[in-house]
Amino acid sequence: MKFAVPVFPGSNCDHDMVNALRDILKADADLVPATTTDLTAYDAVILPGGFSYGDYLRSGAIARFAPVMTAVQAFAATGKPVMGICNGFQILTEAGLLPGALQANRSAQFICETSDLIVRNVETQFTSDYAAEAHLQLPIAHGEGNYYCDEATLAELRANHQIVFEYVDNPNGSVANIAGIINRQGNVLGMMPHPERAVEAILGSTDGLGIFKSLLARHEEATHA
Amino acid sequence: MYLAKVYVTYKESILDPKGEAVHDALHRLGYTNVDSVELGKYFEIKLIAGKQPVEAEVDEMCDRLLANVNMESYRYEITEMEA
Repeated sequence: MKFAVPVFPGSNCDHDMVNALRDILKADADLVPATTTDLTAYDAVILPGGFSYGDYLRSGAIARFAPVMTAVQAFAATGKPVMGICNGFQILTEAGLLPGALQANRSAQFICETSDLIVRNVETQFTSDYAAEAHLQLPIAHGEGNYYCDEATLAELRANHQIVFEYVDNPNGSVANIAGIINRQGNVLGMMPHPERAVEAILGSTDGLGIFKSLLARHEEATHA
Repeated sequence: MYLAKVYVTYKESILDPKGEAVHDALHRLGYTNVDSVELGKYFEIKLIAGKQPVEAEVDEMCDRLLANVNMESYRYEITEMEA
């Protein structure tokens, strides 16, 4: 399975992501520049965390118009998996690939801590490796992670089981304790916590592995079916 | 040449923790008469008329980039600058 990890000016979790995929998951992974216009050679795209384009204007607002995002839109439209972590999630909402928006944390503070999460939907290609309602310990590190959507969107997210991760103790003011959501088609996931920083015991948690294992298992199934 | 002054602010339903922090700081300075502070963004855009009317183009810029209409609203004033 071949992963593409787009690198925007200001991305800073790109190498962590690629290390997790290559060294721990033994998958193929390439860092691809934000100027990339073709992702057809890849099986999955992961938009990494960081502060793309300095978070100028709004988090993700400038990255959303980088050339690689046109390729990501086309890639997502084919049904292949796309995932955005932290700033990657912000970019996906700005791009309209996921509903809602990420606004400033309620406390107005940057939060860097381990968060306790519940997996609310294990019927996705990103979470099938987890037990239903599993609790995960994943790091969060963000100033704008406060998920917002209007009532109608929230009702839709709930009706279609699109809320994938919830915080146990809401750290940032997110609507309905939302930490991660998936699109209706089930191939685009965005989450504020960092699973790529929780893949080895020495990092304090291996709870992030399940996401990448789920993707690898789904790909294995699809290619050997 | 036209000058577009664009103001972007949070919708009423959206928390504005930065505005609240400024509000609290003003109170600490003794301006206890300050009722509320809204912290937004201000843009000055100079442009020449393109294919579409300037107003329509500025509106489109706001929708596509300058504001996130999920949580922000915008208004603008456009004036023609003297050559």
